[in-house]
Amino acid sequence: MEWDWEFAASIMPQLLAGFRITLIATALGAVVAAVLGLVFAILRRSRNRILSRGTGFVVEFIRGTPLLVQLYFIFYVLPDLGIRLPALTAGVIGMGLHYATYASEVYRGGIEAVSRGQWEAAKATNLNARQTWIHIILPQAVPPMIPAMANYLLAMFKETPLLSAITVLELMNQARSVANSSYRYVEPMTLVGVMFLIVSVISVVGLRWLERRYGGVGK
Amino acid sequence: MGDWSGYLTLILQGAWVTVKLTLMGSALALVVAFIAGLGRISGHAALRWLATGYIEFFRGTSIFVQLFWIYFVLPMTGLWAPTPMQAGVLALGLNVGAYGAEVVRGAILAVPRDQYEACTAVNLTRFQRMRHIILPQALPLMLPTFGNNAIELLKATSVVSLISLADMTFQAQVVRSQTGNTLLPFVTILLLYFAMSSVISFAIRRYERRVTRGLDGVR
Repeated sequence: MEWDWEFAASIMPQLLAGFRITLIATALGAVVAAVLGLVFAILRRSRNRILSRGTGFVVEFIRGTPLLVQLYFIFYVLPDLGIRLPALTAGVIGMGLHYATYASEVYRGGIEAVSRGQWEAAKATNLNARQTWIHIILPQAVPPMIPAMANYLLAMFKETPLLSAITVLELMNQARSVANSSYRYVEPMTLVGVMFLIVSVISVVGLRWLERRYGGVGK
Repeated sequence: MGDWSGYLTLILQGAWVTVKLTLMGSALALVVAFIAGLGRISGHAALRWLATGYIEFFRGTSIFVQLFWIYFVLPMTGLWAPTPMQAGVLALGLNVGAYGAEVVRGAILAVPRDQYEACTAVNLTRFQRMRHIILPQALPLMLPTFGNNAIELLKATSVVSLISLADMTFQAQVVRSQTGNTLLPFVTILLLYFAMSSVISFAIRRYERRVTRGLDGVR
């Protein structure tokens, strides 16, 4: 089967529309992951043993099970319990939750890398817990985490095709619908691969820059 | 509810397919990881470029895209039409193998230089050096990350349900569409996946303890 440039050009608008959804899902998922990840990391450090152990187990469980099944769970099971979510929202929550568990490990590493003296100094100057976190710990812990976080952002971007399984019309789903209606798989699938490759090659260059800028701390 | 045992059998049949995929995929990934990892640090520029190209390509596009490409596009080129199982094992092995190759490379490079010099001093051949000196020291460094990669592979097997290979996720979908019950099948497979990933991390920890025996104080 030969490569048809004209056909490839004719399906580009549809693929790019899907690509837009892919980018939106990645961006929203990243926000959810960043916020939830911090919540997990802080809960895991809690002095309440039930809370910290419980969070630890939830994180391990989410990390030990496939994202696809979690997406199915959110998309099919929650409506039966009375929570009906649009596909994209379900996808963003699923991806965000899954990657929050990875992000929480990065936060944990970054927070533990802040030296004890900083905590003691915060206590000595009579800062409360909120002030200690916002003004002392996080400003020092976050910059070294940036390269590792960017790495997971890229990993999440590459997982977005899974959203097509819960009917989100992102890049992969658009490609499949083109393929199913035209019976041509070569062009759409290859173009999807090329698009992912372009984004990830650019991202790798960006990642190297981030690593140089912020150093390899926070592992 | 009386039929539940029948549906459970269906899910367990799927679990067996998931286990087979994980084992075969891991075996392929391990072989590929060593070939590509050693290729990346080889003296021949051509081998190095080939290995780098392979690694960047498979790390840059997602497993989903690779699987679809192998299953739908490859047959159209007239080369080979894989069965779903073959396509699944190939995609999983090649994808995770690319990540593993970087682990192999990193671990081998982490063995101190003087070990290489000592090998030259006692007149070992290149093969003997690798087999008896370098690998026994590099292997313990690789194991924890290999364990994580194996769990990532297990999680990625759920994607093969989308090319209608009857793995655990696929069977859960079958049960869902036949019974209309969503909670039970998905909770069952989430627990099974978690049990499998726990087994992997437990086995890796056991094996790690075995290969690091006698290495205390060396590193």
